[in-house]
Amino acid sequence: MSRERMEEYFQATIDADQKIEPKDWMPDAYRKTLIRQISQHAHSEIVGMLPEGNWITRAPNLRRKAALLAKVQDEAGHGLYLYSACETLGVEREELLDQLHSGQAKYSSIFNYPTLTWADIGAIGWLVDGAAIMNQVPLCRCSYGPYARAMVRICKEESFHQRQGYEIMLTLCRGSDEQKAMAQDALNRWWWPALMMFGPNDKESTHSEQSMKWRIKRISNDELRQRFVDMTVPQADFLGIQVPDPDMKWNESTGHYDFGPINWDEFWNVVKGNGPCNRERLKARVQAHEEGSWVREAAMAYAEKRKQRAEERARVA
Amino acid sequence: MVPSTRLYDYLLRLGDNALILGQRLGEWCGHGPVLEQDIALTNIALDLIGQARLWLEYAAQTAGKGQTEDDLAFLRDAGAFRNALLVEQPNGDFAHTIIRQFLFDAWNFALHEDLCNSGDLQIRAIAEKSLKEIAYHRKYSSEWTIRLGDGTEESRSRMQTALEDLWTYAGELWNPDDLDREMAEAGISPHLERLQPAVEKYIRDILTEATLEIPAGTWMQSGGKQGRHSEHLGYILAEMQFLQRAYPGLEW
Repeated sequence: MSRERMEEYFQATIDADQKIEPKDWMPDAYRKTLIRQISQHAHSEIVGMLPEGNWITRAPNLRRKAALLAKVQDEAGHGLYLYSACETLGVEREELLDQLHSGQAKYSSIFNYPTLTWADIGAIGWLVDGAAIMNQVPLCRCSYGPYARAMVRICKEESFHQRQGYEIMLTLCRGSDEQKAMAQDALNRWWWPALMMFGPNDKESTHSEQSMKWRIKRISNDELRQRFVDMTVPQADFLGIQVPDPDMKWNESTGHYDFGPINWDEFWNVVKGNGPCNRERLKARVQAHEEGSWVREAAMAYAEKRKQRAEERARVA
Repeated sequence: MVPSTRLYDYLLRLGDNALILGQRLGEWCGHGPVLEQDIALTNIALDLIGQARLWLEYAAQTAGKGQTEDDLAFLRDAGAFRNALLVEQPNGDFAHTIIRQFLFDAWNFALHEDLCNSGDLQIRAIAEKSLKEIAYHRKYSSEWTIRLGDGTEESRSRMQTALEDLWTYAGELWNPDDLDREMAEAGISPHLERLQPAVEKYIRDILTEATLEIPAGTWMQSGGKQGRHSEHLGYILAEMQFLQRAYPGLEW
């Protein structure tokens, strides 16, 4: 089959809402886009363990400690399935990790913000996992089979995390004045970065159009962001805390909330590495990897020894 | 019948071991040597925190002062903690974490196997539930002890160093004091000296396979079980109890 015919067949498969599987032919650009997107997603899960892990040893009671441990462990698990999904596209985890550690690969900028109080653990669950679900639910129908299937599982767990985060916020908002102030402060600090998680406005978004055609992406950044705002503002009202946006108001005619302008200078600045924690997060990942190298080498050396011993035993017998 | 204050003290030993070791392992979360082991350590931490909750809840109930598991975890000072010195030792490198876990698991498994026959029904129920988890922990830490001991020259040397640093804390686990004897006499817990041979044999077998050597003639430290701790515990509690201390009496 000519390349043109293969491309036609590939696009027809996608247009018919059929899945592309690892052994199917696919254009290089499709493969590259997926590797970039899935690995960024995997890296986000792994780097995202750090801000939340920051409160495991200080969780306020044993029930919360156990729930937070379980949550951060889920994120690690998501990282694992996503690296595996990426490996089906012919790239090894080690190579992807090198790209993360060298700063060549990106991860979600939201994790470059610090977790300063316990309320941040609530706010991350509520807002960050909430925004992630908004982004990820459509990915369950993504054209690439392994990614779509990984997302089905991930979305189930994320929605549990989101409820858990909201429940932390609710407990704080029903608590003392200090706790309520803590919840408000967390909302103030996480609100705008959460809106930025949906990426640049549609007219600025470089990868969107092609990704839509390939059905890797199905809903535009701005539309997802609007859905998130519409869902979240009433939740903040219920908590009795205010979204830090003086322009936020219900628009009767559109049936949506209007909201103020996003500070895209801040967004690009954090993407470029100037967020409050970029250096720290990357350093923590690099350090864990480097300090773990003797463990990984020993595990390989041991596996090799075992194999050799088994072969020797087989020869003797 | 043993006096409830004595049973309470004994339950604290079980609960505090699980709590403090779980707290230590929680420090690894996000920093493990490879993703799979990060998950495994967190998993063990999660089991231990779960066990700690059961023991401390039962301890609080035994004391009968209307306290909760959280009152015991977050409002006692170091001198009131009854965990063994081993579990409060710092994580160090992965070798120290694995050796600490291995020495603890080898003993903790044997202990829980016997606690499944405890004359105290609540202890028996908690032990039965925990034993499956502890069997997995022991398998995990034994396998890693072998893998790293018999891995590379570097890994062997790190493991031997860890063993030399931590072996001194192993004896406290199986050397009985008055409270251990009293509980054993009452049929609540096993006689520790009867557990010791099997535990030591298990440890020796694994260490031999791992090509590691038990340090000779080491003095065995003790005191944790009676509330005399190392300097580390104060810092663990300062971190763990921070919110409950800074904002007393709130719901979280």
